[in-house]
Amino acid sequence: MKGKKLFKFVLSVLLTAAFCLNLTGCGSDSSKKENSLYVYSWGDYIDPKVLDMFEKETGIHVILDEFDTNENMYPRVYEGAVHYDIICPSDYMIQKMIANNLLQPLDFEKIPNAKKNIDAKFFEQSKEFDPENKYSVPYCWGTVGIMYDSTVVDEPVDSWNILWNEKYKDKILMQDSARDSLMIPLKLMGRSMNETDQKYLEQARDMLIKQKPLVQAYVIDEAKDKLISGESTMGVIFSGEALMISLANPKMKFSVPKEGTNFWIDSWVITKDAENVDNAHKFINFMCRPDIALINFDFLGYSTPIEALKDMEENEEIRNSPIAFPDPEVYKNQETYKYLGNEMDKIYNRLWMQVKVD
Amino acid sequence: MFRTIGIRNLFLAPFCIWAGIFIFVPLLFMFYYGLTTPAGNFTFENILMIFQTEFFYSLKMSVLLAFISTAVCLLLAYPLCLILVDRAKSAGAIITLLFILPLWMNSLLSTMAWQTILERDGTLNQILRLLSLPDFTLINTATAIVIGMVYNYLPYMVLPLYVALTKIDKSIIEAAKDLGANTWQTFYKIILPLSLPGAVSGITMVFIPALTTFAISALLGGGRILLIGNVIEQEFTFEYNWNLGAALSIVLMIFIVVNMALTVFFENSHEEEKN
Repeated sequence: MKGKKLFKFVLSVLLTAAFCLNLTGCGSDSSKKENSLYVYSWGDYIDPKVLDMFEKETGIHVILDEFDTNENMYPRVYEGAVHYDIICPSDYMIQKMIANNLLQPLDFEKIPNAKKNIDAKFFEQSKEFDPENKYSVPYCWGTVGIMYDSTVVDEPVDSWNILWNEKYKDKILMQDSARDSLMIPLKLMGRSMNETDQKYLEQARDMLIKQKPLVQAYVIDEAKDKLISGESTMGVIFSGEALMISLANPKMKFSVPKEGTNFWIDSWVITKDAENVDNAHKFINFMCRPDIALINFDFLGYSTPIEALKDMEENEEIRNSPIAFPDPEVYKNQETYKYLGNEMDKIYNRLWMQVKVD
Repeated sequence: MFRTIGIRNLFLAPFCIWAGIFIFVPLLFMFYYGLTTPAGNFTFENILMIFQTEFFYSLKMSVLLAFISTAVCLLLAYPLCLILVDRAKSAGAIITLLFILPLWMNSLLSTMAWQTILERDGTLNQILRLLSLPDFTLINTATAIVIGMVYNYLPYMVLPLYVALTKIDKSIIEAAKDLGANTWQTFYKIILPLSLPGAVSGITMVFIPALTTFAISALLGGGRILLIGNVIEQEFTFEYNWNLGAALSIVLMIFIVVNMALTVFFENSHEEEKN
């Protein structure tokens, strides 16, 4: 009996001690928050140099955390475990965050650079997910297309159809994500990539199942390496990565299929419970400066919505690259992903899983 | 000095706290999530989801691949350990060390190295081409995953087996030979039963990580083969359905508990035999 009591006593003392330590830990932390900014962005999405420049110019200390998918980012912000002031999600995720009341409207008076430097058509396209252009400022954009080895593929690559060509069995890479995969058969059928009719979605799934024997792998980040090394002959890829691949392996060409593709936009948004709202606006304004955008572009390779950039780019190869600065025709009449609601998300994920286990 | 119960418990306290915070509480959370809806109501629905085709398929695939790689590990490790035990002590120790060496390297790295070996233009195929032999594409298949599992988990089979075999008293084997048993009989009647506990713990130590892995299947399966570990990972990180993810983990735990129960059963019956 005595032993048990002692044990309980020790346990309670230790737990209390741990609890107190935890509290003081939090206390000292909050005093540091002044004049800082908590940024949550895609991995390697900002040149570290830019953050130093921002700190030097404004005295605001940036704390940067990174995520690798929208879906990974969302629960952390939703649960509020960590407070972020400013985030850089993609189109449909921004719509979801607006719908779930996680964002606050921006004060465009404080971001004069946004409307001045960003091409109006990007705000126009943003209306697909942010109907009044109230919550988001575009940072990067691009399309999804097919990257192929031009020395091996002898027919024209202008349709998603080529991904079903038996000739390239075991040499085709697909994206390992529900929306990006189902988008392709949906577009081939002439449907919207935001399709909600289960009949068409099931048809799309069946097309992907039919394609599976030809697919080498379903990948996300590894796609780049496999295409550069030539391990894969063709693959579905985001335009930003396509630029890097074509610079590393000039045999690789990029094509946006004629059936249409996803015109995606990643934008800056400010969270509802941001603690450094003013700093966040300053940060967005800073990122919209052409000189800063150019540094980021050279670091990242993803197309930016800043108009003046093309003339400023010094590397001729990149300046003339149709991947980095595509013909405006390419993104005319393209769709952007929309948030289709929780139930629809589940259906998409379930169909995708059925493809993967088949 | 430690005879008083109070003091003894004092020394036990760190372990109890550790076990409580890092084993018991997380388990409770897992059961809580697994048996509730997102709104917090009690339900068995998540657990029953395992019978849906997609989930059931991935579980079946995991059990199958874990079973195959455990069998392969056992078949590779047993003869090896028998040879090692026969060697002089120093030589045996060096060879054992060589077999544990892969454990010093991060398993993710060594699995990625296997990617490079098995790729379409990988090391294996380049060697085959050099010898004018036909290509052999293994990457992104179930075979590649089994290779990865065997490579990663073989040391866990070798170690307990080696220990069990070295513990066998040489005089027992000599006695068997004295009494007229031939090599096969000695192996079958003496060595095999006495090394069984080592084999059983080796099987557990290989089967459980092989059953739950998601990294090896993700790297060597190319996303074409979904194991239950990958499904659980996806439910937690991507789809944010913790309830379903926890429920699937509970189902997986049943398999692990059954496996461990068998281990205990084997060890107990072995003890009894000894007595």
